[in-house]
Amino acid sequence: MRRWLLLLLALAAPVAAAAAPNPAADRAAFQGWFRHLFPQLPLAKYVDGPYNFSASERAQWQQIMELPPYGFAVDHGKALFDARFPDGAGYASCFPHGGIGIAQDYPQFDPKTGRVVTLPIAINRCRVAHGLPKLKLTTGDLADIDAYMVRTSRGHKIDVVVPDTKPALAAYEAGKEYFYSRRGQLNFSCASCHLQYPGHRVRGDTLAPALGITASFPIYRSKWGNMGTLVRRFIGCNKNIRSAPDKPDSLAYRDLEYFLTAMSNGLPIAGPGARP
Amino acid sequence: MANPILVRAQTAHGVTTVACLVKHPMDSGFVKKAGKLIPPHYIEVIEFTHNGKTVLTGFWGPAVSRNPFFSFAFKGGKKGDTVGIAWVDNKGERAAVSAKIA
Repeated sequence: MRRWLLLLLALAAPVAAAAAPNPAADRAAFQGWFRHLFPQLPLAKYVDGPYNFSASERAQWQQIMELPPYGFAVDHGKALFDARFPDGAGYASCFPHGGIGIAQDYPQFDPKTGRVVTLPIAINRCRVAHGLPKLKLTTGDLADIDAYMVRTSRGHKIDVVVPDTKPALAAYEAGKEYFYSRRGQLNFSCASCHLQYPGHRVRGDTLAPALGITASFPIYRSKWGNMGTLVRRFIGCNKNIRSAPDKPDSLAYRDLEYFLTAMSNGLPIAGPGARP
Repeated sequence: MANPILVRAQTAHGVTTVACLVKHPMDSGFVKKAGKLIPPHYIEVIEFTHNGKTVLTGFWGPAVSRNPFFSFAFKGGKKGDTVGIAWVDNKGERAAVSAKIA
């Protein structure tokens, strides 16, 4: 009798979850799954991504980090960040705490527009508010400014808030659905690799766990030879599984970043990062 | 500075390891952008000195990567000594930096 009751409860739980989005419960389950996969790995270590699973890659990475390849980007980003707009204001005027040490609070849900705002999008918004054109969201100057702002937030615990309002929860749910939905000719979802097989290899690369994956962005990727934002990686991932990528500022990618970062709440910001 | 060089020099057991990251486009002259060749622009000579005496000269060329990382070791360096790095590229541009051995 008791066993039946438990089974009934187990069946009822996902139904209840589907009825009302519950980010806190999702996060507990999400982080619990990774604890089950890698019981030895402390939570904060997940931000090192693929380097947790290969001693040789880790050794190379540690050598690279003695003179981090994103160093020039951070310096350039700081110069851009400190520069004044034609109207005399600067990026600092658009953000709380003058834009220093705030990356852990992004992405945010903007109730006015009903959309998720990631840090790169917030930087572009700031430019538009001061009459400047938007920058490319994937790489270049914007990634450098992003790198500088994230660098000042290193070690801060990720704290993405999903307000208990209908539009915010809808954006969160859309991101969650994107993460778990299969797409592309290879019929992979984000979860197929980064939830089911973290630490395994896809040809030459080690798959990073979805938990903490956002904490290192923007990254200097040796394959790219320069900086890239999370959206650039999303586009790359979509191409790898032979699915048509979305636009860099699309709602799909905003919501996905929202969900993914919210799942890593409590982990420290480790960006900017260096990846192979 | 337009062309910064990041340096780290450390000595242990009589061997000094110098690592540097050089900011340079290192265009080979064979890459096209929007149908036009990017003109060659690469470092030709890079020189490493220890207290003013040359310890290593590198003859680089178009095959070296953008923003190259370079590391080597030499004997005889002491803590507090000066390590200098200087390069010249094919356009005659130069950059130099010096650092203390830690």
